[in-house]
Amino acid sequence: MITVNGDPLDWYDGITVQNILSAKKYKFPMLIVTINEMHVPKENYADTTVPDEAEVKVIHLLSGG
Amino acid sequence: MSNPYAGLTDYLAFHRVETNYQQRTENRLDISKLRSAHNLLKESTFTPKLPEKGYCHRGLYININTLEVKEQPVTQEMKDIFIGGRGFGLWQLWHAVTPSTKWNDPENEIVISPGPLSGITQYPGSGKSIVVSISPQTDIPIDSNVGGYFGPLLKFSGYDFLEIQGKSEKEIIIFIDGQKGIIKIEECPLEPLDSHILAEVLTEMYAEGEGDRTNISVVSAGSAADNSLIGMLNFSWFDKRRGCIRLKQAGRGGIGTVFRDKRIKAIVIRGPEVKGDHNHPVDFETIAKTGIKLHKELRALDPSQCVMRRNGTAHIVEIMDAYDLLPVHNFQYGSHPETHKIASYIWDLRCTQRTSDGCWYGCSMSCAKGADGLTLRTGPYKGDVVTVDGPEYENAAGLGSNAGIFDAEAVLELNFYCDTYGICTITWGTICAFVMECYQRGILNKERTGGLELTWGNWTADLELMHQMARGEGFGKIVGLGVHKMKHIFAERGWGDPKLLDDIGMENKGLEYSQYLSKESLAQQGGYAMTNKGPQHDEAWLIFMDMVNKQLPTFEDKAEALYYFPLWRTWFGLNGWCKLPWNDVSPKDNHLRHEPHKIPEHVENYLAMHGAMLGTHITVEDMLNQSARVYNFQRIFNIRMGKGLRIHDRAPYRSMGPVSKEEYTSREDRYDQQIRDEMGQDPAKMSLEERMALHRTWRTDRYEKLTDAVYKRRGWTSNGVPTIDRIKELGIDFPEVLDVVKPLLS
Repeated sequence: MITVNGDPLDWYDGITVQNILSAKKYKFPMLIVTINEMHVPKENYADTTVPDEAEVKVIHLLSGG
Repeated sequence: MSNPYAGLTDYLAFHRVETNYQQRTENRLDISKLRSAHNLLKESTFTPKLPEKGYCHRGLYININTLEVKEQPVTQEMKDIFIGGRGFGLWQLWHAVTPSTKWNDPENEIVISPGPLSGITQYPGSGKSIVVSISPQTDIPIDSNVGGYFGPLLKFSGYDFLEIQGKSEKEIIIFIDGQKGIIKIEECPLEPLDSHILAEVLTEMYAEGEGDRTNISVVSAGSAADNSLIGMLNFSWFDKRRGCIRLKQAGRGGIGTVFRDKRIKAIVIRGPEVKGDHNHPVDFETIAKTGIKLHKELRALDPSQCVMRRNGTAHIVEIMDAYDLLPVHNFQYGSHPETHKIASYIWDLRCTQRTSDGCWYGCSMSCAKGADGLTLRTGPYKGDVVTVDGPEYENAAGLGSNAGIFDAEAVLELNFYCDTYGICTITWGTICAFVMECYQRGILNKERTGGLELTWGNWTADLELMHQMARGEGFGKIVGLGVHKMKHIFAERGWGDPKLLDDIGMENKGLEYSQYLSKESLAQQGGYAMTNKGPQHDEAWLIFMDMVNKQLPTFEDKAEALYYFPLWRTWFGLNGWCKLPWNDVSPKDNHLRHEPHKIPEHVENYLAMHGAMLGTHITVEDMLNQSARVYNFQRIFNIRMGKGLRIHDRAPYRSMGPVSKEEYTSREDRYDQQIRDEMGQDPAKMSLEERMALHRTWRTDRYEKLTDAVYKRRGWTSNGVPTIDRIKELGIDFPEVLDVVKPLLS
């Protein structure tokens, strides 16, 4: 199990940042992703695997208005 | 359903239609005949001048009843406390009206002010001005920001604001010639009202040669503004590429209705040819360097970020749908299977993209998007081919999904008629969504609507309703009063349960909500209803921070956001900035900065340019205090006019939670989970009605707690009144200001 923005999400071996964004339907293009407080660049989303019990944050910058 | 975005690149390449920019129906009016019918009522002269350090140090006052034209001083105190833009507008309006002034009294004013940094051509998004008046919808001051050329051209003619008072007995045009130093008030009996024709005609009429057309900007409303309370103002600019005028809108709060009630057909400015240093800043080089930095950032990063240069704000239609935030069927739901039909790639096909298309010089964000070659299918211009600005997000959502309309051409036609008739698209969207839900629930029927079948998605009925309103006829006349008044009318006629009408009528203070679903973000509920003018998203858009990022877990966290962001956004309106270049693109290293959601580097850009323009260097705290003076003054202005208290910050339940069983069951897992996690009860042991009732109690209680926290952070009493200490701290302790609050503080 991992947490994404504080919410639990089932973990599986090989799950990537991109997999998480897809599972959460996070489509917004201006994101800041960290795994255990380590920043993941956008170009690495598809290749970066997430360890079990990780704390993942996907900060959406403001939009709207 | 299949993924509507699959194969998108191939689809776009195949379907793109190369539109002829010039394709539109020519206006057939004889301009010389229109002009020969003008009757000069007043002519004054003035000395045109350019600003120094962003200010001209004078405003222009025109009374259209007495025909008095005079200059108003801009004092150091005004600059220190009210800065410009919205601040100047509120300050002038305060002195013009009394607590008993109504929107249609002669003393009510329309004040247009661009702000000291408006008109910069080196940095994107600097062509804004703010329009202030007593609103016919809310009976308190409304402020509405708008692009187009008028504000900067007014300043470059020599005025920091334009203040219009009185009511004319005749239809008039006010013409300000900033090249020759002439002001004329002319009776104009023959010009049509609708903006797409009027602005074009007047641009031709007052320009001295083709090359002069870019120096003309026209403020106008339209025929629906005559017959409703939701009129807006169009601000034009001449688009050289297309050879036609384009329109930007001061939409919210019915200022177009005030304009037409004064019998003003148009205000026309002819400014000087715009040059890059007209503001005469202290340090031009810093402004230029800061602008170049953002231009480069936009060109490099926008294609992988918000794609604003290509799609404008409509890029978030499908994003809002994905996050369950797109208003559907009067804010009942947050997504819809047909959203792809009004998604950004549809507008990408329909609008003439890939061109630099800003509403002020030098704006490389270029979010304006013209849709050319639109053949109208209804109304007085049926068959005409027109250019309309492609829908911004608010229009696509308000005119589209919120009314269940997923037909792009219909959305464009609704957008066109809103613009040319002079009514606010956001307001119209929320109004139509309300009456369509009333139709869905049997509160309205064909007999009550005069034969209109206001079912979800019925765009022909939606347009006919608008045409009725423009003609001042039928059910359209009632609809033009807005949601607040409709609720009372329906209740008085015994149409529907008043409590249900209150729940589903998405208005606060008399103003309709803009187009985001706030049910799952308590902070955004406050961001809408704890505003000065009413529920517009330009104070605080906190949904991602609160609902998605979970960055605001406590009431105090939310209150802090509802302190910072409304003040930060107010600062844009004081100075003449557009908000979009602040956070619709972000620097590549933004993630390394503290509080990256505030886009710190861009905040630093604004501080640098403020210093470079005025020669006075300020901090973020100074910036917030500048805004706080005006923000609190506006709150007290509201109190002076009979609102501005806690009761007026209440929100309709539809903005907070599920009103209907269908809404609850559409998100049943989420709501049941909240009952378990947040309320400590077992939903399995409860009926649907019991679960809904529990949610209502929980959600309304949380809203009250948020209100307490926000008021405390803002330095207000529990009734929402700024305290004497706070007023003194801000330096707005004028005797007449204290007189307003003292009776409420004793």
